[in-house]
Amino acid sequence: MPWAMATPTRTRGFFEALFFHVGTGFWGFSCGGLILALNGKGVSVTTLVEPQQKIDPSPSQMMDWYRQMVLIRAFEMRCAQSYQQQKIGGFCHLYVGQEAVAVGSIAAVRPSDYVITAYRDHGHAIARGMDIHPLFAELYGKKTGCSHGKGGSMHFFDAEKNFFGGHAIVGAHIPLATGLGWAAKYRKEDRVVLCYFGDGAINQGSFHEALNLAGLFKLPIIFMVENNGYGMGTHLHRASAVTDLKLRTGDAYGIPGKDVDGMDCVAMYRMMVAAAEYCRKGNGSIFLDVKTYRYRGHSMSDPQKYRTKEEVAQYQEHDPIGRLEKQLKDAHVLDDKKVTQISDEIHARVEAAHEKADADAYPDTADVWSDIYANPYGDYKL
Amino acid sequence: MPEIQMREALNQAMCEEMQRDPDVFLIGEEVAEYDGAYKVSQGMLAKFGPMRVVDAPISECGFAGLGVGAAMVGMRPIIEFMTFSFSLVAFDQVVNNAPKVRHMSGGQLKVPIVFRGISGPGQQLGATHSWTVDALYTHVPGLKVVCPTTAYDAKGLLKTAIRDDDPVIFLENESMYGLRGEVPDEEYLLPFGKADIKREGTDCTVVAWGHGCLTALAAAEKLHKEHGIEVEVVDPRTLRPLDMPAIIASVQKTGYCVTVEEGYPQCGIGSEIAAQLQENCFGYLDNSVIRVASLDVPMPYSKPLLQHVLPGVDRVADAIKKAIYFQG
Ligand SMILES: Cc1ncc(C[n+]2csc(CCOP(=O)(O)OP(=O)(O)O)c2C)c(N)n1
Ligand SMILES: [Mg+2]
Repeated sequence: MPWAMATPTRTRGFFEALFFHVGTGFWGFSCGGLILALNGKGVSVTTLVEPQQKIDPSPSQMMDWYRQMVLIRAFEMRCAQSYQQQKIGGFCHLYVGQEAVAVGSIAAVRPSDYVITAYRDHGHAIARGMDIHPLFAELYGKKTGCSHGKGGSMHFFDAEKNFFGGHAIVGAHIPLATGLGWAAKYRKEDRVVLCYFGDGAINQGSFHEALNLAGLFKLPIIFMVENNGYGMGTHLHRASAVTDLKLRTGDAYGIPGKDVDGMDCVAMYRMMVAAAEYCRKGNGSIFLDVKTYRYRGHSMSDPQKYRTKEEVAQYQEHDPIGRLEKQLKDAHVLDDKKVTQISDEIHARVEAAHEKADADAYPDTADVWSDIYANPYGDYKL
Repeated sequence: MPEIQMREALNQAMCEEMQRDPDVFLIGEEVAEYDGAYKVSQGMLAKFGPMRVVDAPISECGFAGLGVGAAMVGMRPIIEFMTFSFSLVAFDQVVNNAPKVRHMSGGQLKVPIVFRGISGPGQQLGATHSWTVDALYTHVPGLKVVCPTTAYDAKGLLKTAIRDDDPVIFLENESMYGLRGEVPDEEYLLPFGKADIKREGTDCTVVAWGHGCLTALAAAEKLHKEHGIEVEVVDPRTLRPLDMPAIIASVQKTGYCVTVEEGYPQCGIGSEIAAQLQENCFGYLDNSVIRVASLDVPMPYSKPLLQHVLPGVDRVADAIKKAIYFQG
């Protein structure tokens, strides 16, 4: 279990100090990793949450992450093909480029912790350990799908794995995370909530209301903005008045924020170990501004006129899979032969799952009447 | 007359009104630099600049409210919801602020705003993205609700909506943006509350609008070909105000009525039409009014399930046969 690696290290706490009131506004600065941000009342919200640099994941852990990331990418490439073949309907948002975020973060928590995300959810579902056959089946609208064909790409669910979706209305699931956190705290359960959303979602009222609730009630939630720079075709700078996103939570809601390199699985993991520990100790929530990038268009029909090929190529140079591959090669646990072997093996697995799902049956049309009420009041039909 | 796509007709309506009145502006997600998620606002940024064609962050409640506020001081905002499913995030602004400010200020203020975008179950987008909001908004006093079926109607009605001094909900359909229709070069406006007979017939009245109207027309054609049944398709074009006199006149002629909508049957537009018909022309009805709507369930993703839920041509044709006691 990766989470068993989390050894207790430096004490983390919620550091508060009084500062002079500075005009009517607020200001913040960062020094040596200690982030200070002053709010209008002159109270500083400070975090000493630092990534657990001392933790070195074992080679076998890293190999596991590597396989997961390769699997996610292979899954997504198959999805792109299936979408072209019209096996997938509706909207389909691929996770290619962002793999390290889901893999590195979920690796640092326990199966009992809660996970909730937006519509770009394939990577999280796979990192959470969901089998890929029911995922393909869901995409193809089959009865064997993880949501029995009711949800589609944007609505993967697995209650047993504490994976609470897959949500398509931008920002709408963020308050749900506060409910998950509330329940854990209320029941005195040792759980944290992982809540993922995009940089576009932070401009929704639901985000701000949820963050205030989480800050007010000190709920054990790790809020992660998967900051890939764009909400559809709109760059962060054209959507957000303040683009240093942690300033939008630390000052405002008493939730400390940190930047994380989301293209680096190990960095992601180290940060998450610390964040989870902070939350488990009852300190409240954490906000992580995870810098990442999506290689593909927003969805399958996006001409991508808002960015250049060069920009995409630049980020691809820091590819999260390539990076981990290099780390593993440097540690002599991986070589080119093994890379090919893993790739072949995973592609075969993906192809087999796809074929099986493709051959599965569609749900019965009568199934449209199920999964609506716990106690149906009868079929109201015309 | 030139034939243009419905999206071009909508684009022309907005451009003409913006040229005419400097108080008109368009705000919404991806409307400017991206040229609109569905290309309805294509080229408008270049024409009118970033103060009048405005890319908003994903903050529907915020920019819908911004529009209402600007309208309170006399501007004429056009709010584009990428789809009306996302208008639910701004529901309070649309059903509370926009239509109530005139009333609560005792008539001192007006709110000349247009909320426009896609309504309808779309293409396998799942339950939350597939709202047909026609009935939701038609329920609200103070709002006007428009749902065009053709490019011609779309242009004339959108221009009227922009000039109207009250909040207007303008419902479009994704699968209809590319439909072509004749639109005259010279300027025209179409009045609210005035139905259009999309097909004349004597055997049964079918009331349908927007995408449902296309289904109704296809069903009418099928019944004509297969059985010589002549269906009259009445398109109310605006759901509030609703042209009941036109619907009643048609029913007085045919004696039968079927309503078609892509929203839900419970408390739907069809329910309202049926109720008004029995209140106002009961004696002319030779059978009960039959409502065809989506099945009363959340919209499923899976294609065969979704097709089963939506009111298709066969379901409409069967309802018409049932309504007129047709056996054969
Ligand atoms: C309330 C709402 N408004 C608009 C949309 C349409 N939409 C879907 S994704 C998206 C962009 C979101 O960007 P971001 O949050 O950065 O996530 P990313 O796609 O980059 O993962 C938009 C505008 C939506 N689904 N819900
Ligand atoms: Mg984004």
